[in-house]
Amino acid sequence: MITIALSKGRIFEETLPLLAAAGIVPAEDPESSRKLIIGTSRPDTRIIIVRASDVPTYVQYGAADLGVAGKDVLVEHGGEGLYQPLDLEIARCRMMVAVRGDFDYAGAVQSGARLRVATKYVQTAREHFAAKRMHVDLIKLYGSMELAPLVGLAEAIVDVVSSGNTLRANGLVPVEEIDAISARLIVNQAALKLKHAELQGILDTVRAAVAGRRGAS
Amino acid sequence: MRKWLLPEYIDDLLPTEAEAVERIRRRLLDHFALHGYRLVRPPLLEHLESLLTGTGRELDLYTFKVVDQLSGRLLGLRADTTLQVARIDAHLLNAEGISRLCYAGSVLHTRPMGLAQTREVMQVGAELYGHAGIAADREVLRLMLSSLTLLGVPRIHLDLGHVGVFRALVADAALEPELAGELFAAMRAKNVPRIGELTRGLPEAARRSFQVLPELYGEAHAVLERAARELPALPQIGAALADLRTLVGAIDGARVAVQIDLAELRDLDYHNGVVFSAYAAGAAVAIGRGGRYDNIGAAFGRARPATGFSLYPRQLAQRVPGAAARPGVLAPDADDPALLAAVVRLRAAGEMIVAGIEGAAADPRAHGCNRRLALVDGVWQVQPV
Repeated sequence: MITIALSKGRIFEETLPLLAAAGIVPAEDPESSRKLIIGTSRPDTRIIIVRASDVPTYVQYGAADLGVAGKDVLVEHGGEGLYQPLDLEIARCRMMVAVRGDFDYAGAVQSGARLRVATKYVQTAREHFAAKRMHVDLIKLYGSMELAPLVGLAEAIVDVVSSGNTLRANGLVPVEEIDAISARLIVNQAALKLKHAELQGILDTVRAAVAGRRGAS
Repeated sequence: MRKWLLPEYIDDLLPTEAEAVERIRRRLLDHFALHGYRLVRPPLLEHLESLLTGTGRELDLYTFKVVDQLSGRLLGLRADTTLQVARIDAHLLNAEGISRLCYAGSVLHTRPMGLAQTREVMQVGAELYGHAGIAADREVLRLMLSSLTLLGVPRIHLDLGHVGVFRALVADAALEPELAGELFAAMRAKNVPRIGELTRGLPEAARRSFQVLPELYGEAHAVLERAARELPALPQIGAALADLRTLVGAIDGARVAVQIDLAELRDLDYHNGVVFSAYAAGAAVAIGRGGRYDNIGAAFGRARPATGFSLYPRQLAQRVPGAAARPGVLAPDADDPALLAAVVRLRAAGEMIVAGIEGAAADPRAHGCNRRLALVDGVWQVQPV
């Protein structure tokens, strides 16, 4: 049995065509079904639906053999116990620093001021500002980061940005790109050895599908 | 504070598991002894600098530290036994030729290592010093596999690698240590996109080699063939592939599924040659690991070629059928010389006999027994419950 961990929403939708290339089609739609384990067109393969930030954990401990996780989530997780062989080039966005439109970010960096930064991505933010040799106080939030600079909780936020509409609607501007984000295929290390033939087949087909789409676009 | 609470990732072994683990420890040490491996017992703690000599920073982070009240110096609780045994070989035994040593005991980690759900890891291992050739690696690898067979591990998966391939590529490309370190981490994660980023500035041939390496895993013969075809013809790479070919040839493929992974570079970065891990079917956690680590002895004053492995009895206990204790026999509390004689006779034959105590409840199952001694026709006999 091969278990694939996916999160609902954008990653699920954009992963489907790639899995279909390997002959794996989910039997149900997770948006309408409440089931957490979904069968597929391949009797030896099932999909489990977990929170995006939990995907690396399920794969790390072998509860799932394969998973699809954003690079943002993988950096926070640390990647221990995982192989990350393939960039699926889907669910693209950017990890950005953003501030209020009237805040002088460059000036604050220049003067060495200690910034308060609100973010869900504590690890990413810590590494980014350490590399810039800036002192920051990190405030961990679980959502709606855009609110923090507006109500004086923080001067800056670190968040993923795709269209930038939410930032604009709240009067924030992106001031610095930290990283380009896309979804990665991740593999449990022992599974790649113990179920090598099955997993390698899926890996090769998905890799070819990604390359094929890159060629088409 | 609840006084019965243990620290996180620290646990008691209760009778069933403790007995299984102990039985595995004894069988392994007896098996090693039959192959000429002498037992050593290094101390639980020693000066930090001797524990960490010649290793990377990784082991440092995993090592608990305490201050020695007698000297004011920093002591470490061992996080790995292999280095201690290497110290014993290099400094204390001072043998000229080959020495074979084995050990059994716990190591402590400041945080759980890998998938281990514990910070106290039991290791039983064997090390061979004084021979740099593949014959020594073959001996320890065979010893590990015969140990697993002896314990009855049903299906063994062996993962073979060779650190020399990656090191040769790094040396050939003359990489800065910092870049080599980042590539090492990316290689261990088979993070192909990251390897692509890191090698962007390298000459095309070197870049290509680093990108091929994480794909060189799978069925042993196919990987060796592809590696010989696609990796540069450096002498160290040729030697590494020849070593792996020898080892693959020395393993009985019918009992052991062998795979090769040339990007498997191991967590503790003191290995410099062949590395291997053993898995039991259905388990994500390795049951044994080993490899060659020639450079450790130099730090203790005497460079000695070294190769060996350790097995993890707690992982094995979950995988080995019949690791649990055999049920025993409950004897009644009677002052009959014939009963006492029967008990002595049965114990001499290896049976567990639990003596009942007058007035105490005598449910055989509560005492791990499935039979009882009963007087039948004037003779004490073992009866099923």
